[in-house]
Amino acid sequence: MASIRTVKLTKEYPGGVKGVDDLTLDIVDGEFFALLGPSGSGKTTLLRTIAGLESVTAGQLFIGSRDVTQLDPGRRNVAMVFQDYALFPHMSTADNIAYPLKVKKVHKAQRYATAEETADALSLQGLLGRRPSQLSGGQQQRVALARAVASNPDVFLFDEPLSNLDARLRLEARTFLKQLQRRLGVTTVFVTHDQAEALALADRIAIMDKGRIQQLGTPRDVFRAPANTFVAAFIGSVPMTLIPGTLAGGRFAFGEERLELPDEAATTAAAMPDGTAVTYGARPEYISMSSDSRPGAIAGPVQVVEHLGASLLVSVAFGDQLVQAVVDEDHEPEIGATVYLLPNPRRALLFDAEGTRMADDAPAEAGG
Amino acid sequence: MKHDDGDVAGLGRPRAVAFALPALAIIGVFLFLPALWTLWLGLTNYRLTGTAAAHPKVVWFDNYRTALTDHEFRGALWRTTLFVIGSALIGQSLFGFSLAWVLQRVRKPIRSVVEFFVLLAWIVPSSVSSFLWFALYDRRNGTLNALLGTKGTAWLIQYPMWSIVVFNTWVGTAFSMLLYRSALGSVPPSQLESARLAGAGPGAQLRDVIFPHIRSHILTNTLLITLWTFNVFTPYLLTGPANRKAEIMAGYIYRTSLRVGELGQGAAISLIMIVINLIIALVYLRVLRERTP
Amino acid sequence: MSASPVAERSTAMSRFDAQPIRHFLGVIGRTVFVAFMLAFFTLPVLWLVFAPFDKTPGLGVSLPEFTIANFRTLFKSSSALSALRNSLILAGGTAALVLVAGSLASYALSRVRIPGRDMLLYVLLLMSSIVTGTAAMVPTFQLVNELHLIDKMLGVVLVIGAGTLPTVIFILKDFMDNIPKSYEESARLFGARPLRILWDVVVPTARSGLAAIAVWAVVQVWGNFLVPYILLRSPDKSPAAVVMYTFYTEGGQPNLRLIAAFALVYSLPVVLVYFFVSRRYGFRFYGGIKR
Repeated sequence: MASIRTVKLTKEYPGGVKGVDDLTLDIVDGEFFALLGPSGSGKTTLLRTIAGLESVTAGQLFIGSRDVTQLDPGRRNVAMVFQDYALFPHMSTADNIAYPLKVKKVHKAQRYATAEETADALSLQGLLGRRPSQLSGGQQQRVALARAVASNPDVFLFDEPLSNLDARLRLEARTFLKQLQRRLGVTTVFVTHDQAEALALADRIAIMDKGRIQQLGTPRDVFRAPANTFVAAFIGSVPMTLIPGTLAGGRFAFGEERLELPDEAATTAAAMPDGTAVTYGARPEYISMSSDSRPGAIAGPVQVVEHLGASLLVSVAFGDQLVQAVVDEDHEPEIGATVYLLPNPRRALLFDAEGTRMADDAPAEAGG
Repeated sequence: MKHDDGDVAGLGRPRAVAFALPALAIIGVFLFLPALWTLWLGLTNYRLTGTAAAHPKVVWFDNYRTALTDHEFRGALWRTTLFVIGSALIGQSLFGFSLAWVLQRVRKPIRSVVEFFVLLAWIVPSSVSSFLWFALYDRRNGTLNALLGTKGTAWLIQYPMWSIVVFNTWVGTAFSMLLYRSALGSVPPSQLESARLAGAGPGAQLRDVIFPHIRSHILTNTLLITLWTFNVFTPYLLTGPANRKAEIMAGYIYRTSLRVGELGQGAAISLIMIVINLIIALVYLRVLRERTP
Repeated sequence: MSASPVAERSTAMSRFDAQPIRHFLGVIGRTVFVAFMLAFFTLPVLWLVFAPFDKTPGLGVSLPEFTIANFRTLFKSSSALSALRNSLILAGGTAALVLVAGSLASYALSRVRIPGRDMLLYVLLLMSSIVTGTAAMVPTFQLVNELHLIDKMLGVVLVIGAGTLPTVIFILKDFMDNIPKSYEESARLFGARPLRILWDVVVPTARSGLAAIAVWAVVQVWGNFLVPYILLRSPDKSPAAVVMYTFYTEGGQPNLRLIAAFALVYSLPVVLVYFFVSRRYGFRFYGGIKR
């Protein structure tokens, strides 16, 4: 068990592209930590740098109290589960799980006993003699986990281990993974591009873009209070509606429409001059729709209706701007009908011209 | 930087060099060195035996002058050219392509049998295949004379060039057949379909769809079999050392340098051959590079 | 095979062609062509099929008076047996050499960017195709003579090995390039050192490629006539390729019963191995490297 600490860590590729840019980060002992971001955001580079598979250009990296910046990956006592699992195709399940112990020169009988024990704990009974090609995707993923567990590491590193599974299996494996991590209590860093996965699994999430952390916080933080428009757009199964506009007389103006300012930024924004460019953000789940006029609501024609299962995603046009609302499945509007949308002012957000969230009490915190 | 990118096993440059060294050393000593040595040997009057063996003298370009004015060398080069044109460019290419083309349209068992025998000719060790043809061409008991009713024809003596051209076509057709088979397989069926729907007959299909598509394969095949045929030693096994009328470059070098013992002269001819090889190979590698950018 | 759908479709189409005469002529043409080719390619090998089992084989092909006595003669002939043994030694030695040296080199070249690597591979391949046994026989003989390796099997192994290694490295590197990097990274994170990774992970993963290369090397050496012919002097060291030649060119009446049996026993292994490998790994890859 160990914490992980990076100090001003930079990984620069030949040609000057920075995979990780001056990054300082603390991961607590026993924490389930997710690195979330689009492809090319540097999340995998950071993970591989922690593993030692990428060299560090500048800065320091600690695992526990050890400075491992220049340490060989094989001596960091970390275990990694790869996206393709990296199970050795010529070895049986038992040989695969026992391989880390073989490298550590554990006695043969001992290592197969450990392998069997680990396999049992991960419900792999009866599969010990099979080759990877004879296993299903879910089983392969569990063998890769078992191999990582058997090496008894200080840190687990997961590189999108669920992305090769089909949707149904992925949910199952997700729950399994969370249980396993709770039980073992091993510090875990998990890379994913799937925000739902990160929200579901992690104790804390670092959302990355361009080699930097855009926001660091609990799933609740990043969902409720995204630090900037990038995070706001990235998190949530239905993307947040972001409306560019201006401040006008203590209200938010876009086109002909006016909206009340969000509660959390009302005081700050009211103090700013009219015409200041801002972005108004509201999650479709927090916008209510009605067919009758209501005070503060904006009216527009329904353009698209998408079925999400128990609910509907309704897109309403205001000039060129589409605003989306999630409504109950019983309230399906006609295409072209005029509806009234009213965002919940306690859940709506306001971002300044740079895209940073505005809040009355504390300035939004970007990065960690 | 501690690790190179892509160096996934943490080999490191020094160890990588150490790994590569044994192979590179063997290639360096037994492939590069001989090639460089020809440059030097070709400038001397080195001989296998006698005084010039112990104390070779530098004769500069005498060997090259001798070679280029020697009618035996020019004869061997001319015969080699005919041999390459006859057995590789015409024989192997034509047979190989026709086989690949026709066998597409033949039932599987027949196709497998034909392919088996074509490949067999290619695989049988060269000293066996040359004996098989030696027997086939035999003047008194040869199967060829029995079959054609040409009793008493000494094919290897009366028609030496024809004999080795046919022999080498027989040996080498398999490669062209395999290459053209995979080339024809890579022509998208949809293009043939649409040509056929537009009313194109087999000739028009070949000209308009297939040849443009496999042009690079044709080039590759032509250059490779040219290179190999130019260097092939096997006809010597069939014709033997005495038959000068079928002597091609390989046999000529062997006779000059190792039988007569004029190593310096032989080296000069070797170099001429290596230069010709180099030209063919460079053209080939250029074509290859254009194909895979 | 990718060709078969084309074939199926084309026969289907030609049936719809309302030109029965052309279709008929096509069938005739194909049949004549296939028959001619079959005759051309089978005729010479018929001798190899019949003569070994013939009591009194001649040079011409004839149906045999069946006997296996020829093989008894063969197994009593010490020169024939030692020739086959020598071929085995040369083939085994060369295959071992190119496999070990070739896989180490190709692995290093696949994984580490040594400066000028691509150029190196390019030059190696170029050299191996222009410095052939024929063109370089004089300096090769000279070099091996200077190294006192004339009439030693090692000399033959090294010369043929050097000629095949560039191709071996080129093809093995391709195999190594295709091994997922995560295998090695994973082993490395568990603490395995490079040689251990090579032995535990890379070699087993690339074993089909290694097997194919080994077979290819064996076939190359088995059939090679020129190099042992030039570099070996003692008849008791000559491999089968050379002995086969001396059997029918040395003075006196050739012993056809011995030659026939010997030719068959000598040819059979490569034919079997070749067809076994081609069935497993396909001709497409093989086509490119058999010379």
